[in-house]
Amino acid sequence: MTGSVRTSEVVASDRTKDAFLRLVAPQLPSLYGLARRLVRDGAEDLVQEALLQAYRSFGSLREDAATSRWLKTILVNVFRDDLRRRGREVEEVPVAGLEEFSLYRTLVEVDPMPYSDTMHHDFLIAFGREDVREVLMRLPEIYRAPLVLKYMDGFSTKEIARLLDAPLGTILARLHRGRRRFEREMWTYAEESNLLAGRADR
Amino acid sequence: MSQTQGLIPCSEAVAKLWDYLDNAVAPQDQEKVERHLSFCRACCGELEFAKELRAFLASTGAEEIPEDVKAGLERFVQEM
Repeated sequence: MTGSVRTSEVVASDRTKDAFLRLVAPQLPSLYGLARRLVRDGAEDLVQEALLQAYRSFGSLREDAATSRWLKTILVNVFRDDLRRRGREVEEVPVAGLEEFSLYRTLVEVDPMPYSDTMHHDFLIAFGREDVREVLMRLPEIYRAPLVLKYMDGFSTKEIARLLDAPLGTILARLHRGRRRFEREMWTYAEESNLLAGRADR
Repeated sequence: MSQTQGLIPCSEAVAKLWDYLDNAVAPQDQEKVERHLSFCRACCGELEFAKELRAFLASTGAEEIPEDVKAGLERFVQEM
């Protein structure tokens, strides 16, 4: 009897894990993508920890359709806890001239692609996925995370405040500063990496 | 009386543009931004660029996963 109970337990557990894997496998690209937008190194470790925690709370997933958001939420929780453990949630010192910076205006004034009729658009499409990631990595985590979650992964500001365990006003302020920082870093990165070379005469 | 009297300055309008697009500004601020935009072509350019940058960020969101990483993660699930 004991043997058959053991066997059925093993089978049940295997089936649960199979079901889990079937459910999460299609989500791995977006989960890994989110992890790579949040951290410079260790994206795979972050996904692994999220998967481990997700598997432990597999029973709390009410409907399969919610898998993507459920997994991303767990991943952000792991990221936040890790950030806290490493004491990285430090407010950054103000950056001079940041409030006055406008990428739109800088492009008009510098005119880096004089032959382009659609310069602002051309500037953006010069950035490949890895370029965008590099720009994100130049932002302190406190600004990067809200920006990524809001504008790249579609979380609402309220959800972000809850996930990052910060007051709504703090998240709104970080989004504001983060957007400015992101635009300025886009410009700095484009200049430093010669990103627009070869596009200037198109 | 000038039509532009009482308009918020460009710096204030630009500072509110993303929140305006997020529907995250107070109704009175929304009106101020819209009134400013109706008079200011430069800020309309800022608005269009903000929209384009948002769409660009959203489109950069999806990501491919290298086959070896995907296989490694699937193996991790099977072994955990």
